[in-house]
Amino acid sequence: MAVFKERVGIVSCSGEEIPEGTISRIATRLVLEKLRPDETITICLPLFLAGGEGERTFARLFNTITVDGCEKRCAEMGTKKYSGKPYATVTVTDILKEFPDFCLESRDELSPEECKFAEKVAEEIAKKVDEALDRGKTQIRSGES
Amino acid sequence: MSEDNYVFVIPCSGIGKSLGSVGRKAAYKVVEQLRPQHARITCLALLTVGDEETLKKVREHPCITIDGCPSKCAQKNVEVSNGRLVKSLMVTETLRNHKALKPEGIIKLNVEGCQLANLIAQEAAKEVDEAMGLGN
Repeated sequence: MAVFKERVGIVSCSGEEIPEGTISRIATRLVLEKLRPDETITICLPLFLAGGEGERTFARLFNTITVDGCEKRCAEMGTKKYSGKPYATVTVTDILKEFPDFCLESRDELSPEECKFAEKVAEEIAKKVDEALDRGKTQIRSGES
Repeated sequence: MSEDNYVFVIPCSGIGKSLGSVGRKAAYKVVEQLRPQHARITCLALLTVGDEETLKKVREHPCITIDGCPSKCAQKNVEVSNGRLVKSLMVTETLRNHKALKPEGIIKLNVEGCQLANLIAQEAAKEVDEAMGLGN
């Protein structure tokens, strides 16, 4: 009875068109590289459509947290559609509501203020990673779907 | 920029590799600096989830894709969406001809990665001109 190493999958929207999408990607990478490097893994969202069945097992193998830039919630919708229901979701525009005077502008290089905001979003994601791990739901047995 | 006459430059999302960041940076260079009048970017994820408005747009406008790796997510998503794909660029192909420009970093690309992105952006800009009928 094989048990997978506990890891949480993070799926970010690609979000190239809007600054909130860039925040999603950067925040996701901050979690993967700095905040929870040993506990997290990712997959490119468009690979759900471009890839094969192997890629689509992602949300069945890992508890998954989706990170979306806007209310279209492509990461959440795409993960549900192709792979499985996410364990939790994070949406940048929801977090942005807590900072009504702050305006995102950059799609490519983030300003220092935007970097700080990305760090805040990353912390929110990391909290959900910890929740997922605490509940021990990432352990699955072979053959379980 | 004309509201009706433009080309989409669509990079892969590339969240997992530096090569993806190169493609995305190249796309931004084209739409924000090199050909802002003629090129636009859209979220690839909107195609992945089948967003009707975006599907309509990529079927109406020429699309140039920039992919970081051989999975070719951008190209395949446009193809599956029946988009007007006019050119598919690969970061790895440009890298093959400029092996010294090894990209590193995803959150922040290194200098070589940015230089590689500039080369790909130049290539994509020519393709935009071609698609717009502006080529010599």
